[in-house]
Amino acid sequence: MLNQAPAPTADEIRDVVTPLTALEGPLLPMLHAIQAEWGHVPQAAVPVLADVLNLGLAEVHGVISFYHDFRDHPAGRHILKICRAEACQSMGGAAMAAGVLDRLGVDWHGTTPDGAVTVEPVYCLGLCACAPAAMLDGQLMGRVDGDRLVSALEAAR
Amino acid sequence: MKDFIIPEFAPGDDRDMGTPARSGMPVALTIDGFEVTVPEGTSVMRAAMIAGITVPKLCASDNLEAFGSCRLCVVEIEGRRGTPASCTTPVMEGMVVHTQSAKIRKLRKGVMELYISDHPLDCLTCSANGDCELQDTAGQVGLRDVRYTPGDNHFDPSGTGARSQAEAKLRGGHDNPQFIPKDNSNPYFTYDPSKCIVCSRCVRACDEVQGTFALTIEGRGFDSRVSAGTSADDFFSSDCVSCGACVQACPTATLQEKSVAELGTPTRSVITTCAYCGVGCSFKAEMNGDQLVRMVPYKHGKANRGHSCVKGRFAYGYAAHQDRILKPMIREAIEDPWREVEWDEALAFAADRMRGIQERHGRRAVGVITSSRCTNEETYLVQKLTRAVFLNNNTDTCARVCHSPTGYGLGKTFGTSAGTQDFDSVEQTDVVLIIGANPTDGHPVFASRLKKRLRQGAKLIVVDPRRTDIVRSAHVEASHHLPLRPGTNVAVISAMAHVIVTEGLMDEAYIRDRCDWDEFQHYAEFIADPRHAPEATEALTGVPASELRAAARLFATGGNGAIYYGLGVTEHSQGSTTVMAIANLAMLTGNIGRPGVGVNPLRGQNNVQGACDMGSFPHELPGYRHVKMPDVRAIFENAWGVEIDPEPGLRIPNMLDAAVEGTFKGLYCQGEDILQSDPDTHHVAAGLAAMECVIVHDLFLNETANYAHVFLPGSSFLEKDGTFTNAERRINRVRKVMAPRNGYEDWEITQLLANAMGAGWHYTHPSQIMDEIAATTPSFAGVSYERLEELGSVQWPCNEAAPTGTPLMHVDGFQSGRGHFVITEYIPTDERTGPRFPLLLTTGRILSQYNVGAQTRRTENTAWHGQDVLEIHPHDAETRGINDGDWVRLASRAGETTLMVTLTERVAPGVVYTTFHHPATQANVVTTDFSDWATNCPEYKVTAVQVSPSNGPSDWQESYNAQAERSRRILSAAE
Repeated sequence: MLNQAPAPTADEIRDVVTPLTALEGPLLPMLHAIQAEWGHVPQAAVPVLADVLNLGLAEVHGVISFYHDFRDHPAGRHILKICRAEACQSMGGAAMAAGVLDRLGVDWHGTTPDGAVTVEPVYCLGLCACAPAAMLDGQLMGRVDGDRLVSALEAAR
Repeated sequence: MKDFIIPEFAPGDDRDMGTPARSGMPVALTIDGFEVTVPEGTSVMRAAMIAGITVPKLCASDNLEAFGSCRLCVVEIEGRRGTPASCTTPVMEGMVVHTQSAKIRKLRKGVMELYISDHPLDCLTCSANGDCELQDTAGQVGLRDVRYTPGDNHFDPSGTGARSQAEAKLRGGHDNPQFIPKDNSNPYFTYDPSKCIVCSRCVRACDEVQGTFALTIEGRGFDSRVSAGTSADDFFSSDCVSCGACVQACPTATLQEKSVAELGTPTRSVITTCAYCGVGCSFKAEMNGDQLVRMVPYKHGKANRGHSCVKGRFAYGYAAHQDRILKPMIREAIEDPWREVEWDEALAFAADRMRGIQERHGRRAVGVITSSRCTNEETYLVQKLTRAVFLNNNTDTCARVCHSPTGYGLGKTFGTSAGTQDFDSVEQTDVVLIIGANPTDGHPVFASRLKKRLRQGAKLIVVDPRRTDIVRSAHVEASHHLPLRPGTNVAVISAMAHVIVTEGLMDEAYIRDRCDWDEFQHYAEFIADPRHAPEATEALTGVPASELRAAARLFATGGNGAIYYGLGVTEHSQGSTTVMAIANLAMLTGNIGRPGVGVNPLRGQNNVQGACDMGSFPHELPGYRHVKMPDVRAIFENAWGVEIDPEPGLRIPNMLDAAVEGTFKGLYCQGEDILQSDPDTHHVAAGLAAMECVIVHDLFLNETANYAHVFLPGSSFLEKDGTFTNAERRINRVRKVMAPRNGYEDWEITQLLANAMGAGWHYTHPSQIMDEIAATTPSFAGVSYERLEELGSVQWPCNEAAPTGTPLMHVDGFQSGRGHFVITEYIPTDERTGPRFPLLLTTGRILSQYNVGAQTRRTENTAWHGQDVLEIHPHDAETRGINDGDWVRLASRAGETTLMVTLTERVAPGVVYTTFHHPATQANVVTTDFSDWATNCPEYKVTAVQVSPSNGPSDWQESYNAQAERSRRILSAAE
C-alpha cells in the first residue's frame, strides 16, 4: 500500500534501482520502482539515477517531469483518478469531478487534510464506453457518479 | 537551369544550411524547377539551401541533427502524400520537390500564427531585434495577423491579456502563474522563458555539440519550458559550463548575450583567432564601430568547427579592464614608485640600460623571454632582437615550462617537434588514450569534439592521478582509468609497451616498413625485460596490473589508436622520456601516418607551438635548426646583416641562476609572468631582484612587473594583426578589430625598442615579418598573408612540396626517414615523499580560469572560480583533522603557502591537487626546482608536501603582498 514513509536516502534509492541496471531502457522501470517503493519520486533520486545511468541531471529531470504520474512528493493513502478526456466530459464527467472535489474540499492533485485521499486528473482510462470513468487505487470504476465515488472512498478509508 | 554539384562555400558564406553535411554517392533531384545534385543522405532542406532556396525553419540548424518539431519546413514532394518536413526527409534520385504552393503557404502561416499566439509582440524593444530567426521567419511566411484572442500564455506577467510585455507593464499586476521571470544567474547571458518557442535547439546544442547535457525540456505540452539542471537549479547552479552553444543556437531572445542586450546588435564582424588555449578557435568578433559586442565562434573555423568555450566566447572583458596599463612607465629602482612617461623616454631609458649592461658585463649579460601569447611575427621579432641586436642567443619562452619535452621527444623519435594530426582526425579514432591531460577543463572545444566521438562508440583510456571529468561524465565513460602515482608516467607507458611486445600485439609489418628495425629489436629486448611488466611495477605506480594489461590490449587491438597528452606528461623530471615512450607506443602499434591515429600534444597556449617554431629557444633558430650549424646561421646572417653568436644561450632557469650569481643583468620579458608561472617562486624573485634592467611588456602590472624597471604597455589580441599557430600546427590569422588602446601593436613596440638600440628595422606590417619568416624557414616557405586569406588557415609544413599545408604528418614515412625507437629507462625523480612531506602535490587548471589568470581573473569568470582550492582525499584529511572548507598550510621543501581545502575522492589517497590561477595562493612557492633531464622543463606535477590546519596566510604570502603593493605604486605624469 502507498505510504508516507520518511524520505529515502541516496543509498536506499540506489539499492532499489541497481538491480534494474541491465534492462534495456532502464530509466522508466527505475522510476516506477522508486514510486512503487516510496509513493513518489523524491528529488534525491535525480542525482542517484544520473550517476547510475551516467546521464545528465537535467535529462533525468526532463523525463520525470514529462510524466504526470511521477509525483515529486508523497500522495495520500488512497489515490482517486478521475477521467477528464472527451468521452467522459461528454457524459458529465467535468461536473461530477467538480462535485467530488468540492465534497472532499481539495483541488486537483490535492490531498485531504487527514492524508487519506489524493485526487488526480487522468486523460482517458480506456473506459469510454462506460463514461464517466474513474480509478481508485488501481481499481477501475465505470459509469460513476459523485455519490458512488465518495461512498467507495468511505469504504476504503 | 542551375546545376550544383557539392559546391565549395565561398569564405564568409555563413548561411545556416539547416541540417549537417553528409558524404555519399551523388543524388540528383529537382527543387522548385532547379536541378541539384547532393550526397546521399542529405536532407531536402539542405539540398534546397545548396540550390539557393531557403525553406522557412525554426528548429533546424546545420550543427544539429534534424529534429522535425517546428513544422515550418514542410514541402510537397510529387508522388508522396501529405507535406513532409524537409529537414527529416532525405533526398531520393529523381525526387521533385516544391517548397512553395498555396497549400504550404497556408500551413506555414497557420503554424507561425500558433507560435506567435504565445510570444510577446515586443520586437522593437527586444534584445534580439534584427537578429531573430522567429521574426525573420514570420516575415518569410507572410504572417499579417494573429487571430487568437489572449488566453493562457507564458509571456504576459500581468495576466490581463496584454499582447506585449510593454503593455503588460503599463497595466501592472502579476497574475499569470505561467509567467517565469528572466534567469540572470549566468554572468554572460540571460534565459528569458517568456520568449521561448520550445524548439529544443539549445537542449540539442548542449547535448550534441558541447556534450554536457545540462539542459532539458521540463514538463510537456503547453507546460514545456527549457530547464537548466533540475527544478531546483538555475543556469549558474546547473551543470552548464557556459560554452555559449545554446545562446548561439537560440533563434529568439530567450538565450541572449548580456552584452548584446546592453550594446545593441553588432553591425560588422571580423574573423580572428582566440588568444587563450592551444586549440586556436576561430571567432567572429562582432562589432559596433570599435566597440566589441560579442565573440561568436566561426562555423568555418577548422580547429573548432563552430564551437567555443566560456573563455573564448565570453571572457574577453580583460582587454577593456581598468587595471590595464596604457602608458609606458619607468623607475630607477624596484623600490621606487612607477613614473608614467612618453614612449620615447621609456624606450631611451630601456635602451640605455641594456646597452650599459652589455658594455659593463658583456654582450651575453642580457636576454629576452618571448611570449606564447603573442603572434608568430611578434615572437620572431623578439628572438631577432636578442640574436641581431643584443648579439647573443639568450632567448627562451614559456614552452620551457610546458612543452619543451614534446619538442625534444618527438624530434628524436619522429623527426618533427609537433603533433602529428589535425583535430578533425578525432572523428575517425577508435581508441583514445589520454595521458596527463584534462581536456574538458584545459582544451574544452577539443574535448567536445572528442566526447562526440566517444558517444559514437570510440573507446577511452585515461592515465591520470585524478579522476577527471572525461573519466566519467554524462554519456562518456572511460573503459580504463589508470590512476597512477604522480611521477610514474614512464613506468606505466613502458608497462603498456611491455604487454604489447610480450603478447605479440605490435604491428610488425608497420614497424618493418616505417621504422629502424635494428633499433626496434634493441628496444623490444629492453622492454620485454620482466622488470617492465605491469605486475613488477604495480607497487611503484599504484596501477593494478590486470587493468593496465587490459588497457594495453585495447589500445593495441581496438583499431585506430590516438594518443592525446598534456602537461601531466611533460612537467616531470622524466618529461622527455615519457614523450619518447609515447612515441614508441604509437610506432609499436602502427598508429602514425593516417587519419584517426597519431600523437597529439594538447598545447597549453594559443601560440606556444608558434613560439617554438619561431626560434624562441636558446639553441635553435626558427624552424628548429641548431644555432651551431653554420649553414643555418648563414641564412639569417645574410637576411639580418649581422654575425650570429654560434654558442647556444641561456634557458630561463639558467638566466635566473646567472642573475643570482651576478653575470646576467638585463631581461626583456614579453607577455609572460614568470614570477607566478615558473617554479620555486623564491628563486625567481631573487633572480629578478638581482637584475639591473627588467623590461616587462604586458597588458597588466603582473607579478613579474613588481621587479621591473621599465613597463611597456602591450596590446590585446583584438588590437593587432598577425598569426597564431595552434596545437595542430595550424597557422590562423589574428586580425585587428580595433586600434591599440596603448598606441602600438606589440610588434611595433619591439621594433621601437630595437631601433632605440640602433637596429634600423622598418617593418610596416606583420605580413612583411611573415615574408621574412617564409624566406628563411623551409617549413614556412609557402606561408604568406595572401595564402592565408585564400585558404583561411594552413598547417605547416607549407612549402613547394605541400603548397596547401600538411594536415597529417608522416603519411608516407617519417619526416626523419625512419621512426626511431628510443630506450626509455625509468629513473624516478629525486623528489620523494618522506615522513615530513608524505603527500604528493600535483597541479592543473580549471575550465573558467586560464594559467596565471592575468586575463580571466579580470573577467566575470571569477564567478565560477574565485580562489585556488586544494583537493585532498577524505582519508588524508581525516588523519590530519581537516574539514571541508578549512584553511590549510601547504608546505614542501621549497616553501609554503596557505589556501582553502576541499575533500574529494577525485584524488587518490596520498595525492593532493590544486590550480595556480591566483597570485594570492602562489602555488609555485611550493613547487621545487627539479626539472626534466633533457630540457629543464620544471617538475610542477610532483612535489612532496605536507598539509596541516592553518589560521591565516603564510609569512611569505604576507611579505610578498606588502612588496607587491609597494611596487605597484604609480606616480602620474603630472606629479
